[in-house]
Amino acid sequence: MPASERYEFHEYDVVVVGAGGAGLRAAIEASALGARTALVCKSLLGKAHTVMAEGGIAAAMGNVYAEDNWRVHFRDTMRGGKMLNHWRMAQIHAQESPDRVLELEEWGALFDRTKDGRILQRDFGGHKYARLAHVGDRTGLEMIRTLQQHAVHKGIDVFMECTIQTLIKDGDHIAGAFGYWRESGKFILFRAPAVILASGGIGKAYRITSNSWEYTGDGMTMAYRAGADLIDMEMVQFHPTGMVWPPSVRGILVTEGVRGDGGTLRNSDGKRFMFGYVPAFFRAETAETETEADAWYQDKKQNRRTPDLLPRDEVARAINAEVKAGRGSPHGGVFLDIATRRDPEYIRRRLPSMYHQFKELADVDITREPMEVGPTCHYIMGGVRVEADTTQSTVPGLFAAGEVAAGLHGANRLGGNSLSDLLVFGRRAGKYAAEYARSHPGGLSVDEGQIEAAIKAMLVPFEGRGDENPYTLHAALEDGMQALVGIIRTESELIQATDLIASLHDRLGRVSVRGNRQFNPGWHMALEMDTLLTVSEAIARSARERKESRGGHTRDDYPATESAWGKVNVISRLAASGEMTIAQAPLPEPPPELRAILEEKG
Amino acid sequence: MATATTAHPTGHHGAGSHTVTLRVWRGDAGGGEFQSYQVLAQEGEVVLDVVHRLQATQAMDLAVRWNCKAGKCGSCSAEVNGRPRLMCMSRMDTFKPDETITIAPLRTFPSIKDLVTDVSYNFEKAKQVPAFKPKPREADGTYRMFQEDIDRVQEFHKCIECFLCQNVCHVIRDHPENQRAFAGPRFFVRLAALEMHPLDTNNRLDLIRQQAGLGLCNITKCCTEVCPEHIHITDNAIIPLKERVVSEFYDPVAWVLRQMTGRNGKK
Repeated sequence: MPASERYEFHEYDVVVVGAGGAGLRAAIEASALGARTALVCKSLLGKAHTVMAEGGIAAAMGNVYAEDNWRVHFRDTMRGGKMLNHWRMAQIHAQESPDRVLELEEWGALFDRTKDGRILQRDFGGHKYARLAHVGDRTGLEMIRTLQQHAVHKGIDVFMECTIQTLIKDGDHIAGAFGYWRESGKFILFRAPAVILASGGIGKAYRITSNSWEYTGDGMTMAYRAGADLIDMEMVQFHPTGMVWPPSVRGILVTEGVRGDGGTLRNSDGKRFMFGYVPAFFRAETAETETEADAWYQDKKQNRRTPDLLPRDEVARAINAEVKAGRGSPHGGVFLDIATRRDPEYIRRRLPSMYHQFKELADVDITREPMEVGPTCHYIMGGVRVEADTTQSTVPGLFAAGEVAAGLHGANRLGGNSLSDLLVFGRRAGKYAAEYARSHPGGLSVDEGQIEAAIKAMLVPFEGRGDENPYTLHAALEDGMQALVGIIRTESELIQATDLIASLHDRLGRVSVRGNRQFNPGWHMALEMDTLLTVSEAIARSARERKESRGGHTRDDYPATESAWGKVNVISRLAASGEMTIAQAPLPEPPPELRAILEEKG
Repeated sequence: MATATTAHPTGHHGAGSHTVTLRVWRGDAGGGEFQSYQVLAQEGEVVLDVVHRLQATQAMDLAVRWNCKAGKCGSCSAEVNGRPRLMCMSRMDTFKPDETITIAPLRTFPSIKDLVTDVSYNFEKAKQVPAFKPKPREADGTYRMFQEDIDRVQEFHKCIECFLCQNVCHVIRDHPENQRAFAGPRFFVRLAALEMHPLDTNNRLDLIRQQAGLGLCNITKCCTEVCPEHIHITDNAIIPLKERVVSEFYDPVAWVLRQMTGRNGKK
């Protein structure tokens, strides 16, 4: 039967892939500008990863500290990212996030309040001032629900439990997207001049992760195969505080808000070890004594920030080192103590989800005992290379926003900068995709050959070519990436990792799944292994390329941060041969007025 | 990393592990039955972990929804030993070691496959809720609200849309014909959140009385009992909405006052 009889067909101006914060905000904007917009997501609406975000949205509104403004936020973001950020994205992000937060409020979000009735802002790692608009420790839920309800009331077409697997091109341009309904296994084609990727990250490549099953690198893989550049793929963020016990919950996030609200890290000797891990880069702005650190929570003018709130890469490495040195907690983490520092009522009010999560899943009452925490794969700073203002990738018609895109966060993302990223660049993606669609109306042809090839590839697991189990392959990949491309990396292990990925790729060709195409998780896993292997290869090979340590990328064999490496991005690109090539490209330099901000002291 | 190994989906027997009997409903809209499996369970695990191990080792095509595995997204709702709950928050050590654990899909919603049901009813009801309509911003471009004025609405915003309350509500669980004109507890919570929002100017009381079918609820509190977020659905959302409807439509004194003052009775 010809391919055209084997799929359902839809035509839109803009197709948004992913319905977390970035996808929802993009769809709202595109639709508001008159573009016929489809929002396609792998899960039910409202279940995307944004729902799990806890701490808050970073925006220099100055509600708690009037001294705060976009320049300070810009500087914090760039320094937190070890200056590998795209300066223009960091500028736009810092300038626009306050308006995006106020807009959420106008759409019904209810943030916690200051005494004078404004939006309350909380302290977080790497931010000079209390800057995160929040709702207890469930800010992501408030954000996704607000955006979801707004999108529903605007009548945007939502395709739930529908996975996009391939981008379709007409010549050099995007012409649509192709995938399948999870429920029925039936194929679906969207023809559209503009596609926005808002599909999140890659966390399921790692064993210990805070990410859900959806984080399988689909968007990055599709963009890469469509010819787009990926950059900074070696920059993976290990959040310092994931749960470590019991094994079932290992990796589940413990919000940085615990430390923002006064919690402190301790080793098995009871020592606040972060004071011993302050790098020279942050020494001038970090407290030297416990007294100063504790006073900083109340008075930021006279005191410097506690080292408990150094950027995440620093804290994760410190915890890793303490555990390795034998000063860890009983289950291989360290202690996070808020019980001795804040009263129970305050803890329950500020951190209700953390209280509930530890009580229900670990039998720990965080108002009475310390938590045990350790690093967990949380975020990838790398991803699709985009043009800073428009979010367009290097492929015309293909846009990317949120975690799938790269540039804003450089080598390390600050907590709270993700939710603001989703809003700021989600809106921009929607705007520029709608404008692009308007200036490229109609006339796109969808090549049946591309569809035929996509269908063929997707059905391989049903052909019974071997007896490999997709779940077994996934477990092997997770263990391999965890052990070989984790927080601390070294040449020989990165070579082992690429060998492992190649062998898993071979084995994936021999995967067989049981049953039919109707809601078949084994089949879905087999298809997601394909994308996970692609992004894992990009991560391992980019990590091998960058011979220095910076942000989320630490090389045991190249421990220094090298200024020459601070001027280049590592690119992963599909070569004509079908192989992945790794290259370097110069990082854009900030103009003098922004450079001056970055060079200010303190 | 120099850290202990973790639960492995295809893993081996380790300390604290034991074999459990799971009875899982397998089937689709055309029908199905419970099938029994022997599956390894390890220390500290929840029901969802064991279901995942079953999927990875014996039943690759077992359909189940999940996302966050931390009680935050509301995807993995099921009926575990007859009790509607989130599988990710159901600890294995709350069952006796030799107890058979029966896992069924939510009964109120039509079957799609195995543990996955068609919850589109809820998404249709969401579309019918009249949108939030804020009053204008203050002169400085912001809104001023005080914490004590938003505490009760923030309680409603904790809803993770697991639809367990919809599943146990006997108005629709036993009478699918009521679905047409009944929003269910989740949307009474949503309507209450909008009605009590300090900035909102829309009036939904007529909808609440008619299309949303608030009158069908006879406050048996089944919804409140299953809410994993411990939202006081009946006491804080449904009963206050019922009181507002009564005062709007059935209180003659309030009616006369509204005619005299020209106010629509909201807030």
